[in-house]
Amino acid sequence: MTLAFSGEEIASQVEEQLPESIVDSSQDSLVVNSESWLAVATFLKDTPGLDFDYLTSITAVDYYDYFEMVYQLTSLKHNHSLVVKTRCYEREKPRLPSVVSLWRGADFQEREIYDLMGISFDGHPNLKRIFLWQGFQGHPLRKDYL
Amino acid sequence: MEVKDKPGIYVYGDKQLDRAEGEAIESLKAHCQQPIPDPDRWLAQEIQRNVLVTTVDGVLNWARKFSLWPVNFGLACCAFEMIATAASRFDISRFGMEIFRPSPRQADLMIVAGTLTWKMAPQLRRIYDQMAEPKWVLAMGACAISGGTFVQSYSVVPGVNRIVPVDVYVPGCPPRPEALLYGIRLIHDKISKRSIVTEG
Repeated sequence: MTLAFSGEEIASQVEEQLPESIVDSSQDSLVVNSESWLAVATFLKDTPGLDFDYLTSITAVDYYDYFEMVYQLTSLKHNHSLVVKTRCYEREKPRLPSVVSLWRGADFQEREIYDLMGISFDGHPNLKRIFLWQGFQGHPLRKDYL
Repeated sequence: MEVKDKPGIYVYGDKQLDRAEGEAIESLKAHCQQPIPDPDRWLAQEIQRNVLVTTVDGVLNWARKFSLWPVNFGLACCAFEMIATAASRFDISRFGMEIFRPSPRQADLMIVAGTLTWKMAPQLRRIYDQMAEPKWVLAMGACAISGGTFVQSYSVVPGVNRIVPVDVYVPGCPPRPEALLYGIRLIHDKISKRSIVTEG
């Protein structure tokens, strides 16, 4: 059975290395400041003992006031997992750092989120629509689409 | 001339000659009292048994009807009902159409089984265009007929009749194999009403 880390547990470790990067932490997850998200992701992937080498999935949620990204990370080495979130308060042109450089599996999922939610990922090698066609107006999974 | 002592082969003298001739005729007559039957009399019977007379329309439509080959593709969950129709329980080969062709160029029937999205629509149209005439289209399931539950969606075509002309609509979500078979029978009925005169 995969051990699911609580957010608080990891938050203290991250705070030691990267101060002021954690916005919030709970039993389920930790919320990372979007500016320091790439640094935190690198830390989670490369720190011995954590070794989150596998990105299970990425989700984006529209909470009207902000977009929240949910990253589910797993370590195949240690068989443990963690849920990390980051928020983007910009609605017109939301931007977040891409994690494709860390986990190749993020490629298509970030494209899907770009397609349906309209969040741009800085550093993505091939950021274009994946389900819908070029020239489609709007981002259909946004709550204000219709 | 030398006389050989073989009666019947060499005959000399008028009386002997006449007698031999008379005997030959009598013998033939005795054997030929019944008329010889027509050696080809069996033909009439065989022709009745083996030759059919029909119209060109009739034979052409009959051949088309029972060799209706569908294109091998499915768009969504309806495709599984189509696969079940082709498998042994419902057995589409009873109607001479078990050969699902992977190439549209060898197919006569397009079963649009499932949800058609706008992104898929050009490909569907291309497959239809590649099929040789005469060709038929069967819209299978609510999505293919009208868009189904996705009718107001941003990505789904509200009815494949916007992309290709549809001959028969089979409702259901998804339709059972019996329904699909019934739809195919309706296409058969359509085919049997065709005529080379009106095809142009």
